[in-house]
Formats: sequence, structure tokens, C-alpha cells
Amino acid sequence: MALDQITMTKVSDRVLHQDLGEMVLNMGPQHPSTHGVINFIVHADGEVMKRAIPEVGYLHRAIEKIGEMVSYNGFMPYTDRVDYLAAMFANEGYAIAVEKLMNLQVPPRAHYLRAISCELNRIASHLISIGSMAMDIGAVTPFPYALRERESINDLIEALCGARLTYNYHRIGGVAFDMPDDWTPLCRKWMDHFDKVLDEWDRLISRNEIFLQRLAGLAVIPAEMAISYGLVGPNLRGSGVDFDLRRDHPYGAYPDFKFEVPVGKGHAGARAGGTAGDCFDRFYCRVLECRQSVAIVRQAIDKLPPGEFMAKVPKKIRPEAWSEAQSRIEAARGEMAYYVVSDGGERAYRVRARTGSYLAMGIIEDLSKGLMIADLVALIASLDVVAPEIDR
Amino acid sequence: MTKFLDELIRGWGHDPGTWRLTQGVYLVAMLLVAVGLVTFGAVFAGAVSWWERRVAGRMQSRIGPNRVGPGGFLQWIADALKLLLKEDLIPEESDHVLFRIAPYFVLVGFVLTFVVLPFGYQMSATNMNVGLFYVVSITALVVVGILISGWASNSKWSLFGGIRAAAQVVSYEIPAGLAILVPIIMAGSLNMHDIIRAQGGNPWSWFMFQTPMGFAAFFVLFTALLAEGNRTPFDLPEAESEIVAGYNTEYSGMRFAYFFLAEWGNLWVMSAILTTLFLGGWQVPFLDSRLRMWEVAGTVPGWFYAASTAVFVLKVLVLVNVVIWIRWTFPRIRVDQMMGLCWKYLVPIAMALVVLTAFNEWVSFNIWGAKATQPVGLTHPRGWIHFAWFAVFGLLPLVAFAVKTRRNITLTGDRVDLTNW
Repeated sequence: MALDQITMTKVSDRVLHQDLGEMVLNMGPQHPSTHGVINFIVHADGEVMKRAIPEVGYLHRAIEKIGEMVSYNGFMPYTDRVDYLAAMFANEGYAIAVEKLMNLQVPPRAHYLRAISCELNRIASHLISIGSMAMDIGAVTPFPYALRERESINDLIEALCGARLTYNYHRIGGVAFDMPDDWTPLCRKWMDHFDKVLDEWDRLISRNEIFLQRLAGLAVIPAEMAISYGLVGPNLRGSGVDFDLRRDHPYGAYPDFKFEVPVGKGHAGARAGGTAGDCFDRFYCRVLECRQSVAIVRQAIDKLPPGEFMAKVPKKIRPEAWSEAQSRIEAARGEMAYYVVSDGGERAYRVRARTGSYLAMGIIEDLSKGLMIADLVALIASLDVVAPEIDR
Repeated sequence: MTKFLDELIRGWGHDPGTWRLTQGVYLVAMLLVAVGLVTFGAVFAGAVSWWERRVAGRMQSRIGPNRVGPGGFLQWIADALKLLLKEDLIPEESDHVLFRIAPYFVLVGFVLTFVVLPFGYQMSATNMNVGLFYVVSITALVVVGILISGWASNSKWSLFGGIRAAAQVVSYEIPAGLAILVPIIMAGSLNMHDIIRAQGGNPWSWFMFQTPMGFAAFFVLFTALLAEGNRTPFDLPEAESEIVAGYNTEYSGMRFAYFFLAEWGNLWVMSAILTTLFLGGWQVPFLDSRLRMWEVAGTVPGWFYAASTAVFVLKVLVLVNVVIWIRWTFPRIRVDQMMGLCWKYLVPIAMALVVLTAFNEWVSFNIWGAKATQPVGLTHPRGWIHFAWFAVFGLLPLVAFAVKTRRNITLTGDRVDLTNW
């Protein structure tokens, strides 16, 4: 009894208002498919959920506070830990924000290297997402196939910056290292192979009948709802909203590239009951985005300008006092925004990161009503939430 | 079994009828056979656990266990030893008695099926005249064990798993039972060996290809047995990504191993049932008419026992492989889809198949007379009808499968590669 009371009062008062005949199920923080340490307080009537309340914060590491404690350059490795599956974007967002704060001009080659590394990282991150989505639906085999391709990307990125997970590649003013001489043929070879893998992926899982039946028409987020809940990235585009920061508010080298922005339009097909904004659309948008990322990397390699890869940056960065800057980039999990305030010292006065996964968590409670427990797993996977990015 | 023993002993030049303790000898022989069968079930479950992991490894472009013994074959012994030595943890809040006995229900329900399962010509522990009926009823013990374990664990995940298993197995018993009726009607017997005798050794004399109904019934029964065995795409009771591990969430050590022993061993049971009912059982191709001659003359050669066993085991292993491929290919269906598939599709289809089969048997009995219930070769017009169905349902899908596989391999520039085995 005493233990019950502690856990009941700890979470939220909503839990106390449970109807009779409901089972309260703590799905997490250790659960195979919550994608990290997240807890879902599930009110279930048999297999059908009344609601699922996400409880975040288990992985909070006060990264924003760390940003106030270390120097501007010293914070860069910490940004890797914001999203360990797509560390390049966290690097880039922070670098752009500080560059704006300092009014620093970044050399074009650095912009291109940033775009190449980010797009490769986007593919790697999406591969994990679509692979683990298949695994959460119960198909184990696609996941190793996705991981195999991700290993090749890790090899390429390792050749760029020496790291395979927490890259710490981008710097304030450019990137840490130039591209190795023999890097482009390796990358081209892998991309030619990857085109075929994406075709294979459709035959492997995307067009699997059970997979379609599980995901088509499930947890539909209409476009207005997606906008009003502040969804970003593939989750927003999955609902049919044609918005991509790389095209609509371009930064870095992106104005130079031609690419399409895939949006959800019931990709599952009418027969399976596909609706714009369902779980399958969010999944399939990521598959299609992998193709576009490959196209961007190809263009970037073709047009790669010569020259410096790092701007002249003073050893001690001291931006003007009480200046502030914001950066917006299109990360793998949607728009990532950094907001940095300087008090004129060597350390930032305030660093704030706005991440896609945290926004996606907000919509789960309202979508979960009437779904089954197996659908909650599919919904979490389709939103591609990653625990460290939620909590930071 | 006694008949087999009798023949064996007579073959050695003794007459057991003249012995003083004939029944005692038979009892000892029975006990030995029982120990042998349980051991076979356990060893097969272990070996297939290794095989499944190797096949899964190849399918997922990785290697799988290959360190313990040749090709990693002894991995399952290492695993079993580890599980034996682990602590047998009983959760404090669980129902201790039920929690302890639940795995035995599962184990017993699995092991007892071996009493009637055939292994080859005249080879089965007993030749029960209601053999199939016995199998269907005894496998129901498994779901009792799973339900008990789900309840007794006092864990919400286990409860979900137990309830899912109960709903699933009870539902799928119905299409399974109806689909089993199809070969029963065709053979006119519940006895495993009689059903096999009603088929021939060549694929076109198997019940699967004799009529379209047999072909459809094979797939209905296959699906239903997958569901009863909790195999993907019906692995809802232990769906890892949804309910952690389902009914065996709280189990550890040997009790956990019993669940998995039964699950993998069940691969043999379901494949043996399918082989018996639809794939001609132990009938050796091209030898069915000669077997009848030998039986009439009472001179069945010893090598035929071995050959029939080899044929049966081969068919079973092929089916086991198919089940393993399915497990590592398909996603899991949802619980409402699982119920919908059973009640909206399989049950009506199976019902229609039973009626159509009965009608078909009536018609063919009126046309062919007594020949309608015997296996016939291509010398009889009924045999040609069987061959035509075999061409449609057997050869065409086989060719289509080969073409599709070749296309898939060439599209990715892949090749069949066995070097990393």
C-alpha cells in the first residue's frame, strides 16, 4: 500500500483518476521497444488503451546547463550526446548558432562538408528508425540489413572524422578535418550499392502485407493536428505538410542542391487502408528521404569547392555581451533549434536546444485513445523518438 | 509398437509368445522407448534451436553461433547447461505452487504427442486407432500450462501473454480441427498409419495434391498450427516488442528452458502432423505398390524401415525449415487481426473444405467404387486426375517460386554464397 502511494503520487494526478476495470501498466522505463528510457503509463482495458501518458526525464543529463559551464568550443562534444543517432545535426545546429553570434563567415568547402556529413548521418539515423520500426512490428530480419548499411556509413564518417557514433566533427567556423583524398570514390561506390538496397528494402518489408495491415490507417495525424502539436521533420511531412527547412529556410550549402521533399499521402495504398498521416506514411517518408539524401550527397561531392575548411576563429571565443542567436536546421528527427545567449564572457550565458523527439512525445497521449498496446509500440516507432533527444 | 517388437524378435529367430514374462519384456521395452522418445524430443528441440539460430544468422547476413563444437552445433548443450545452473527464481508475489508446476503442463502436453506420432513404416510408440483425436486433445494441455504461468507469475506482462495465448490457441483449435477432418474423410480413419497408407509415395498421391481441397486444407492447418505453436507471425503471447516476453517474463533457469524446449520441440510435432496428414508420411516414392506386395507375402525388407524413416524425417525437416524461414521473414500480426483471420477466414474456409471433401469423396466413391479410398498410381484414371492437380498446385508454384527467388537475387546483384557457413 505504501509503495503504491509513492508511485501514484510521484507521477501525475491524472493517474489517480482511473476508472474501475482499468489496468494501469507501466510500460518502461525498461522496455524492449520504448527506444530508450521512457516510461508510458498505459491505462488499458484489456488490449485496448484508454490512454498512454508519456513520462519523460529519465535520461535528463542537463546538457543545456553544461553549455553554460564550459567554453563555446568545449561544448561541442556534449552536443553529440543530445542525439546519439544523429550527432552531426546537433553539432551543426550549435556551430551555426555560435557563428551567428560571432558574425563569422564559414568557408564554402566547410558548408559542403557539413552537408555531406549530415546527409550521411541522416541516412544512418533513418536506417535505425525504419529498421527498429520493423523490429517493433515483429520482423527481426530487416533490422540487421539496415544496420549493415549503417556500418558502411559509419566507415565513411570514420574516415572523415575518426569517430563512428559521437562524431564531434563540426567546429565553430567550419569542420575539424578535410576530406581524405580517396574518400569520394568510396562514398560513390557505397551510394551506388545503397540505391539497390533501398529497392530491396521495399521487397523486404515495406510492401509486406502484414506490415501494411499493421500500419496503414493507424494513428492518423491530420495535417492541422500535426502543425498545432508542433511536430517537425518526417513526422510533420508524414502528415502531408510540405515543409523542409533545407528547402524553405535554406542554410549552409543547401541552396545549391536540388532535391525533392517527400510527404505522406497514404503511401500504404488504398487497398490496405492507407491514409495521409498514418504510421506507414511516417515510416515511408523516412525511406524516401534516404533516397533524397543520397542525391544531395552526390551533388555535394560533384560540386565540392576547393579551399579552406575552417574559418579564422579566435582561440578564445567571446561574443559581444548580451547578444543572442538562434539557428534552425533540419535534423534527422526534424527541426532542431539552438538558442545561444552571450554575456560577453568565455562561456555562454544560456544554451537552449529544441528537439524533434520531445515535441513528438506530446502528441502520443492524445493519439493513444482506442489504440491497442501493440499499436502504441508502432506509434512510438513511427514517431522515431530517441530518449536522449527527448530529455537532453 | 508391440507388433513391431514382435516382428523384430521373430526376425532374430525367437518367438516371444513362448516366453514366460512376455508382458514384462514388453513393459521394459516400452519404458525404454518412452525414455528414448522424451530424449528425442529434448535433443531435437536443442538441435533445432541451434539450427534456427544458424538459419536466422544467414538470413540476416550475420553468422550466428559457430564457436562451440563443429559449426557451433554444441551451442545448445552449453545453453542448456547454463540454464540448468541458473537460479530457479520464484517471484515473491507469485502463486508459488502454480508458478512451479506450469512449465510441466507445457512439457507434458508436448511430450505426450510422441506417443502416437509415426517415425517410419510401422514405427510409432502405439498404433492408436484414434491417434489424431488424441493429438488434438493432448496438445490442449500446453495452453493450460501457458495460462497458468501467465496467471501465477502475478505480472501484468505475463497475464497479457497468458490471456493472448488462451484466446489464440482456443480459437485456432477450430480451423485446425476442421482442416484435420479433410484428410480424415479422404482416408476414412483417425489412425496415423492408416492415413499414411491411404496416400502414396509420389507427390501426386499425397493428400495435399490429390484435390484442391487437400491443398487448401494443408495451408489452413499449417496456419492454425503456427498459431497454436506461438510461432511468428502468431507469436503474440511472447511478443517481445509489445509485452516484454509474455507468459514467461518471470521465468528463469530450467523452468524457462522447459517452455522453450516445448516450443522448439513443437516444431517437430507440427511438421510431423502435417507430413502425416498431407505429405504422404513415410511412404517411399515409387515403392507403394511393391510395399503392398511385400506385406501380402510377409517379407518387408529391413532396409524399407530405414528408408521410410529417412523419407519421413526428411519431409519433417523440410517443413521445420519452412517454419523457421517464416519466423524470420514476417512481422507479427495484431491481436484483433489474429482473431479476425481465424474467425472470418480460416473457420469458414475450413468448414467449406470439409463439406466439399465429403461431397468429393461421395462422388468419387460412386464413380470408382472401392478404388476411391486406395492410393492409385498413374495406371488408373483417378491417378491422372491427381497428377493434373499436382501440376497445378505443386509444380506451378514451385516454378514461380524459383523464378521470383532468382529475380530477387539478381536485382540486388547478389549471389548464392555458402562460403561463410
